[in-house]
Amino acid sequence: MTTLFTSDHEWLKIDGDVATVGITDYAQTQLGDVVFVELPKVGKQLKKADAAAVVESVKAASDVYAPITGEIVAINDALAAEPSLVNSDPGEGAWFFKIKIADKSELDGLMDEAAYKAHTA
Amino acid sequence: MSSSSVEHPLKRTPLYALHLARGGKMVPFAGYDMPVQYAPGVLKEHLHTRAAAGLFDVSHMGQLRLRPKSGKLEDAARALERLVPQDIVGIALHRQRYAQFTNERGGVLDDLMVANFGDHLFLVVNAACKDDDEAHLRAHLSDTCEIESLPDRALIALQGPKAADVLAPLSPATAALRFMNAGPQQVMGIACYVSRSGYTGEDGFEISVPADKAEALATALLDHNDVLPIGLGARDSLRLEAGLCLYGHELDVATTPVEAALEWSIQKARRTGGARAGGFPGADVILKQLAHGAPRRRVGLLADGRAPVREGAQLFVEQDDPAAAGYVSSGGFGPSKIAPVAMGYLPAAFATEGTTVFADVRGQRLPMRVAPMPFITNTYKR
Repeated sequence: MTTLFTSDHEWLKIDGDVATVGITDYAQTQLGDVVFVELPKVGKQLKKADAAAVVESVKAASDVYAPITGEIVAINDALAAEPSLVNSDPGEGAWFFKIKIADKSELDGLMDEAAYKAHTA
Repeated sequence: MSSSSVEHPLKRTPLYALHLARGGKMVPFAGYDMPVQYAPGVLKEHLHTRAAAGLFDVSHMGQLRLRPKSGKLEDAARALERLVPQDIVGIALHRQRYAQFTNERGGVLDDLMVANFGDHLFLVVNAACKDDDEAHLRAHLSDTCEIESLPDRALIALQGPKAADVLAPLSPATAALRFMNAGPQQVMGIACYVSRSGYTGEDGFEISVPADKAEALATALLDHNDVLPIGLGARDSLRLEAGLCLYGHELDVATTPVEAALEWSIQKARRTGGARAGGFPGADVILKQLAHGAPRRRVGLLADGRAPVREGAQLFVEQDDPAAAGYVSSGGFGPSKIAPVAMGYLPAAFATEGTTVFADVRGQRLPMRVAPMPFITNTYKR
């Protein structure tokens, strides 16, 4: 499975034509304590860079953008019950949604782990 | 680039180096470079203050002295009553009172604390308003009072249930202070002014200290195991849970003290029929509202869901109303309440406890209930 990153601090794990999307450890550190997550509805069509989800810390609300164009095929209900998962397990347990990839060529513009590390250094 | 984008350098408080040394995340606030949070983060800083004690740098706020030219304090108190609807003459020695500077429309120019220090009145005002406040005082009170701003004093707030135990070894006399007592106190041998007050809903103190001694005092307080430095983020969530107004949010030049549900702060002596009724800017508006009610009111709001409802969210009386009836003036997540909490303004008819209104959050209308404040039980030592 390939993991890619956006410059807006989302990660994508690619499995066939579906990408699982979450936010990076760097992003959760910047946000601080997450107290609420609003997720998209399954079946929603999103274009790349559309606001897909909202993550709220004590102080502020931040958008999570669709890293690629596609259809939402699953959401992580565990985040609604336990938003603090975003802080404690950003890379695995706190995935936000799964999106069916409409155009694989959009993946070419994303970063691999080394490039993302350099981006946040 | 337009001329308005020229940046003014941010001012620093006497505790600036300490904030950096302690890992404070610095942000611009009211013209100062201030810590918004430290490593533990807003949530833990908030909960620590409610459970133990938090140290806040509030040195950006303005400190002023009003000294009567006649030598009689009552003359300064009567003069200040020309600018605020509060009973200043009636403030007993070493007591402090919450007040508002009003304008001709009854709106609020700033809110402040006024203490009777015997030969002068000691005022604490908001950072963003302090220059205007000083000019306002000079314009109206120079005939009666010497007005002295005190930029070489820092202000430290120590808040929380352990605050009194932390301060007592450094200043034994402070243990005997009751809520809103204020006056000179030795702290670690430093000549300070200490009031038993704060803005978190907790027991605690505000300590005015000479700037060159501020870091030594703050360091001594922080050396205590129960004390953590707390940033502006938690200061805001603490005062929101405590149901306390913040200038620029709940209060502004177009909002009267009665609309802001602050009539408790206007004593009988200044109301219609009182010994010194009226005589402050906007008295006609404010006295009428005290007698007959204001058209809109500040209320507390609790949501059923978990989504925080932020400042600026519009409030609707019905789920599908096209026009907003009110707005949220401050809102967020209450770490002690473990729920979203907010304050806002509603027409008087809907500003009653238990009324359900709808807040617009990203296009969804979320139900909120008008609820009593504070949202937490305050622990003032009355």
